[in-house]
Amino acid sequence: MAAASDLEALRRELVPAAGPATLSHGSFVFVLAPRELVPTVRRLRDEFGFDLLLDVTAVDWPGAVLRFEVVHHLYSTAHKVRVRLKTRVAADDPTVDSLGALYGSAAFMERECHDMYGIGFRGNFDLRPILLYEGFVGHPLRKDYPKQREQPLVPYRD
Amino acid sequence: MDARTIPIAPLLPAAVATSPRVKDAAFEYLTTRKDELIGWARKFSLFPYPFVTACCAMEFMAVSASPYDTDRFGAALPRFSPRQADLLMVVGTVTHKQAPVLLKVWEQMCEPKWVMAFGVCASSGGFYQNYAALQGIDKIIPVDVYVPGCPPRPEMVIDGIMQLQDKIAHSRHPVITDTF
Amino acid sequence: MDTLPSFPNPVRSIFEAIRDDSVIVNIGPSHPATHGTVQIIAELDGERVLRTDVHCGYLHRGFEKECEDHTWHNLIPYVDRLNYVSALVNDFAYCDAVEQLMGLEITPRCRYLRTLLSEYSRVVDHLTCVAAGLMEMGAMTAFLYLVMVRDFMYEHLAALTGARVTYSYGRIGGLARDLPDGWLVRLEEILVQYEEFVGRVHALVDRNRIFIDRLRDVGTITTADALSLGVTGPILRSTGVPRDLRKDTPYLAYAELDFDIPVGIKGDNYDRYFVRMREMDESVYMIRQLAQMLPGGPINVDDRRCTFPEKTLVYSQIESLINHFKLVMDGPSVPPGEIYCAHEAPNGELGFYLVSTGGGTPYKVHVRSPSFVHMGAASRMLDGGQLADIVPTFGSINMIGGECDR
Repeated sequence: MAAASDLEALRRELVPAAGPATLSHGSFVFVLAPRELVPTVRRLRDEFGFDLLLDVTAVDWPGAVLRFEVVHHLYSTAHKVRVRLKTRVAADDPTVDSLGALYGSAAFMERECHDMYGIGFRGNFDLRPILLYEGFVGHPLRKDYPKQREQPLVPYRD
Repeated sequence: MDARTIPIAPLLPAAVATSPRVKDAAFEYLTTRKDELIGWARKFSLFPYPFVTACCAMEFMAVSASPYDTDRFGAALPRFSPRQADLLMVVGTVTHKQAPVLLKVWEQMCEPKWVMAFGVCASSGGFYQNYAALQGIDKIIPVDVYVPGCPPRPEMVIDGIMQLQDKIAHSRHPVITDTF
Repeated sequence: MDTLPSFPNPVRSIFEAIRDDSVIVNIGPSHPATHGTVQIIAELDGERVLRTDVHCGYLHRGFEKECEDHTWHNLIPYVDRLNYVSALVNDFAYCDAVEQLMGLEITPRCRYLRTLLSEYSRVVDHLTCVAAGLMEMGAMTAFLYLVMVRDFMYEHLAALTGARVTYSYGRIGGLARDLPDGWLVRLEEILVQYEEFVGRVHALVDRNRIFIDRLRDVGTITTADALSLGVTGPILRSTGVPRDLRKDTPYLAYAELDFDIPVGIKGDNYDRYFVRMREMDESVYMIRQLAQMLPGGPINVDDRRCTFPEKTLVYSQIESLINHFKLVMDGPSVPPGEIYCAHEAPNGELGFYLVSTGGGTPYKVHVRSPSFVHMGAASRMLDGGQLADIVPTFGSINMIGGECDR
C-alpha cells in the first residue's frame, strides 16, 4: 500500500496534464486522452521513478462510443507505488502509441493486447500473433467473438 | 537300422497334412508364438517420446522418478527424437497452435508406434472448451490408451502403461512381411 | 509418398539469415528442455548464437475468455493451472483480489495458513525448477533427490487438499477445509528430509568445476536491462536488487515474519540457481515460524455473500438452502469496480487485474504473468551466448507454460 503523501505529490504534479485521478485498492488511477499517454509515462519514468511497466491490457465495452479502454500498470520499485493509466479508443480506429521506446517489456505485452483485442500500437513494428497463430481470424477477447469458435489448423480425422 | 535313426511316424496322414486348412493352422500357431515373443520384447522396452506441454508434466516427472518409477516397466528411457521412439505420450493440453507440431512428430515416428493420451486435456480437451484448445488429440491422431485425470495420479499412469502393455502383448506384430 | 505432407506453420519468423555463413535453427516447441512449449528460432554462427526469436503461445488455452463465462468460484480450478508448479500461490492471489474487491477481511487463521501454504508452494516450485535445470545439464542424481522431496510434499498436500498438483484449495473468503490431524507433525518431518536432500545436492553441485563453468557468467543480465524489460522475482534479485513484494508491500502475514531476501551478484545462471536455493531455505524458515504462530479459530469468514453455509443448515433451513443455491448458480456477488492485486509468486510478480460490473461472473480477468514478461527478456539473455547455453539459461528463467500463455 502506498503512503498517502506520495500519492498526493503525484496527484499534484500530474493532474494538470492528466484527467481525473482516483485511488483504487492501492493503485492510483489516471484516465488519459490517447495523446497524453506517452508524455505522461515519460514523466512518470524519468521524474517519479516508475521503472517497471507491469502490464498492458484492454477492456471491451461494446455499448460505449469509445469501445476499448487500454489499461497500463506501472510500479515504482523505489517508492513502492502503483499507477494505473486508462485510455479510451474507438472501435473504428483502436490505436494508441507504443511504449516500446520507454520500456523493453512493452514489446511482448503490446503484441498480446493486439492479439486479443485488436488494439494497434503506433511505433511497435512487430505485432505478429504471440498467443494465437498465423491464420487466426478475429480477436478472441472481444465480447462479440464466440468462445467456442475454433479455427483448427490441422484437418480432423474422420 | 541303427539306434539313432528312429523313424517317426507322421502325426497326420499325408493327404491331411498338406491340405490348406491344416497348413493355415500350423502357420497360425507359428505366427502366434512369434507375436507373443515379439510382443513381450516390445512391451517391456517402450521408448516414450514425452510430448510434454502442460501441468501433467509434473506428474510425468513424478512417475519417472522414485517411488513410482517407470523403469520397472521398461519405459524409462525417453527418446527425444521421434525416429527413435515408439510410444508417443501426449502429456498435457494440445492447442490448435500446437496441433501441426503434434501431427508432424507423430508422422515422423516409425512403426510400430503407440499413442498414450496422458491427462484429460489430451483425451478430450479437459475443461478448456473454447477457441484455443484441441478437444482431444484423437481428433488428429489415433490413440491407443487414454489416461484421464487432471493430472492423473502416477498410479493411474502406470495402470495405463500396463494396459498398453497388455494391448501390445495381444496384438499382431508383422515383422518380415505385411502379414507375418 | 510422392510428396512430403505439408503442415501449416503456426508462426512466422521475423528474420532471415543476415550472413552467408550463419544457420537458422529451430529449437522446440516440442523439446525436452523448453519446459513444455516454447519455440526459439536461433540464428547461429557455428556454436555462437547471434540472434534469437522466442515464440510462446503454444499453450494458450483461453483462460481469460473462460473467465467471462464462469462464476467467481468456478474460476479457482482454472487459476490453479496458471503456474501449475506452485498452484496454491495462484489460488490465494486470485482469492485475495476478489476479497479486496468485495471488502472482505479473512480470518487470522486463514491468513497464516495461506502464508504457510504459499511458502510451501514456493519450495515446490523452486525444487522443480532446480531439479529440471540440473537434469538438463546431465545431473540426474540431483534431479532424483529433489523430485523425491517434492513427492513427499505432493503427498502431504494431497492429504490436505485431495490433489497432488493442482489443488483448487483456496476459496473466496477462506479455504476449502482446515488442517487434518497430524499434518503439522508430518510437515516438520518433511522439512527435516528436505534439509538432508538439499544438503546432498549442494555437496554435489555447488563447487563442482563443471557446474561452475557451465553456469558462471552465462545468461547474464544487468539490473537496468532487467527493470526495463519488466523482470521481477528471482531473476531481478540475482542481479543484486533486493526487490520482493513480500517485504516491499507486505500482504497476508509476511509483515510479522522474520526472513531475508537473497540477492545475487552478477545476474548470471549461477546466481539464479543460488538465489533459488537460498529462497527455499528462507521459505522453510518461514514455514517453521508460521507453524508455531498458527492461531485457532474459523477458516472461513462468516459472510453470506461468499461462504457456503454448513450442510446441516442447508438441509434444514430454507434461508441456507437459498443461499447455497444462489452461491452455486449465480456465484458470489462482487460489487462493481476494478482491482489490480499482486502477490510475489515464485517466478516474480503475479498480478490479477479484475473488472467487475456487479453480479456473480467477472467482466474481465487479466493475469499479469511473470513468465510471459520473462519470455520477452529471454532474448537479451540468450543472444551472444553459445548454443549449449540456451538450455541452462532457459531453465534458470523458469518459464511455466500455463502462466506464460494462459
